[in-house]
Amino acid sequence: MKALNEIVKNYPGKTRDNLIPLLQEIQNNQGYLSKESIVEVGKYLNLPTSKIFGVATFYNQFRFQPLGKFHIQVCRGTACHVLGSATVLQELEKHLHIKAGQTTRDGFFSIEVVACIGACGLAPVICVNGNFHAGVTATSIKEIIEKYKTQEA
Amino acid sequence: MNFSIEVNNKKVEALKGEKLLDTLNRAGIKVPTLCHMKDRFPSGACRLCVVEDMNTGKLITSCSFPASEGMRIQTHSPRVVESRKTIIELLLANHPDDCLYCTRNGNCELQSLSDNLQVRERRITGRKSKNNMDLSSPSIVRDPDKCILCGRCVRVCEEVMEVSAIDFINRGSRTVIGTSFNQGLNTSSCVNCGQCIMVCPTGALTEKKHYEEIKNALADKTKTVVIQYAPTISVSLAEEFKMKPGTDINRIMNAALRKVGFDYVFDTTFSADLTIMEESAELIQRVLNNGTLPMITSCCPGWVKFAEEFFPDLLPHVSSCKSPQQMLGAVIKTYWAQKMNMAPANIYSVAVMPCTAKKFEAQREEMTTEGITDVDAVLTTRELAQFLKMLGVDMENIEPENADSPHGFRSTAGKLFGASGGVMEAALRTAYFKITGNEMPQLKVDQIRGLQGRKEANIKVGDLEIGVAVVSGLANAKKLMEEIRAGKSKVHFIEVMACPGGCINGGGQPIGAGENAIKARMKSLYDIDEQEAVRVSHKNPEIIEIYNEFLGEPCGHKSHELLHTTYNKRDVLM
Repeated sequence: MKALNEIVKNYPGKTRDNLIPLLQEIQNNQGYLSKESIVEVGKYLNLPTSKIFGVATFYNQFRFQPLGKFHIQVCRGTACHVLGSATVLQELEKHLHIKAGQTTRDGFFSIEVVACIGACGLAPVICVNGNFHAGVTATSIKEIIEKYKTQEA
Repeated sequence: MNFSIEVNNKKVEALKGEKLLDTLNRAGIKVPTLCHMKDRFPSGACRLCVVEDMNTGKLITSCSFPASEGMRIQTHSPRVVESRKTIIELLLANHPDDCLYCTRNGNCELQSLSDNLQVRERRITGRKSKNNMDLSSPSIVRDPDKCILCGRCVRVCEEVMEVSAIDFINRGSRTVIGTSFNQGLNTSSCVNCGQCIMVCPTGALTEKKHYEEIKNALADKTKTVVIQYAPTISVSLAEEFKMKPGTDINRIMNAALRKVGFDYVFDTTFSADLTIMEESAELIQRVLNNGTLPMITSCCPGWVKFAEEFFPDLLPHVSSCKSPQQMLGAVIKTYWAQKMNMAPANIYSVAVMPCTAKKFEAQREEMTTEGITDVDAVLTTRELAQFLKMLGVDMENIEPENADSPHGFRSTAGKLFGASGGVMEAALRTAYFKITGNEMPQLKVDQIRGLQGRKEANIKVGDLEIGVAVVSGLANAKKLMEEIRAGKSKVHFIEVMACPGGCINGGGQPIGAGENAIKARMKSLYDIDEQEAVRVSHKNPEIIEIYNEFLGEPCGHKSHELLHTTYNKRDVLM
């Protein structure tokens, strides 16, 4: 993981148009945008943190909590939607007691909603740390979660 | 360069480069707006100002569209009116609809727009927004459910104040206005100036009300309840009672305050005079002893917090004087309490201010000595009007009375505090006298009067030439502070007021007053200064008395204990 001051050095032009690329690189490196990093970016680009937070929350790509040990991407593309991904997401959120974009308190799981991940044949599909699970249902999703939990234990 | 365009089948004169909305307004045609702010770059977001361009057949936003030759415009065609009405209906779709329970009932832009456009049924029903209210700030309450996302608060905070405490968060139907990380306003860089309240079209932003506590104190037999009011209150309160803007109702207000049960009525203008005595003494000390210069005034609590956040390195420049509100608060619970033989703990001290930041100032920890707060509750001009209405005071038929003495007599110099430049003018009058031993030959300092954001002057005081600068609107203050940081400014004394134009345009004043009313308030203060006899703070007999009986000398030991304070760097999310 690169340190913040290393990352900002890649953007010598301290102008506002560097904001989004800078945030993207920080997220790629640290997995999320921490409060500290937003404050740091604000100081570097001379922008109020409220503006940066405003920009970052406008886009779906940014998250403000660290990724869980198991990062669950729920596909909400068209094919998955037609086959019930809305219910899958709802069940998942209920089961883990978090919303999309958040991380469980024990740090095991985080949920991210993604538009089509290009596996429409497997719909509805979720992807946990790069492993695809095809044709998930409201019931099977709980089994999958439990499996990862025991794997950790 | 003028040309004419056709508006509603009539010729209307237009200026080159101006926006259509300005052309229409000048021609006496009212076009409704929501997101538009006068003299600010148009955002064209709300689309309420659309008019029909008959050449292209399109609806265009008049606030952002430049007038051009050959235009044919319909401002109130059925299509235009229908689309405006639909916009309002959509805004109402997720609105809480609790007008009867809303502070802004009767003074709400959304309400009057929907009335003007004859919205008489709920045609579109959306999911009601359900967000938590932000009650964290000592000054400002945010109710996101009533917010219609016009963005005016965001812009005033960013462009006029350069504080940028709030911005749009999220996107689309999930958009809300909030601070960074959507935390409470109290941990943000908000300076509590209340200018966001002044521009809010709805009840989404209001001041934190204090009148419940005051009502309780008034009912408590063991408490002596005293009240003080700021210099501008007497010239702005009238508007809340449908009187002409700028009407001075000082003595009517005294009577009204006694009617609702306040035991003693004091005038903060007295302690404005006291502030001048202390501040001019401090300035002279700094000049003579090579102290930190320029010295900057500290009457404005919005500015003080701003300095603590953004310019902690310049805090030694800020005068150590408490603001008039806090000075009078401190004097009431010490000097006056002794004089009246009362225990300070049994005095409940209320202040009426044109300001929301004063609520914050009153609860600063520096303003409490041994558990006794200088000031216990602060009402804005608006709250006082609501309070008087609630308690059934008939302002039209009331015998005028004087304020209580001591602390009720004032010079007109103190009265000038209400307008940007006034503190400076009052301070110059007294400093001139202290340095030269003579009164200033010309008391009125024209260069620092008026509504401009930045005013400068060089004043000859005996052999000295004192450079002074007056700024209002924190964006202007920020520029000046950066010049000082860079060592580019040569002035000796600076007055800063957070709100543009000073307290006459404060965040606690009547909402929707407009520039003419603000000018009328300013003129009223200047007129008082022209007409009365005691025009300098050091000639106020009550000021002379308090120094003789209690304080000793300005900036003396007792003053330092009671009337001066300290500032600290603030660690907030900026």
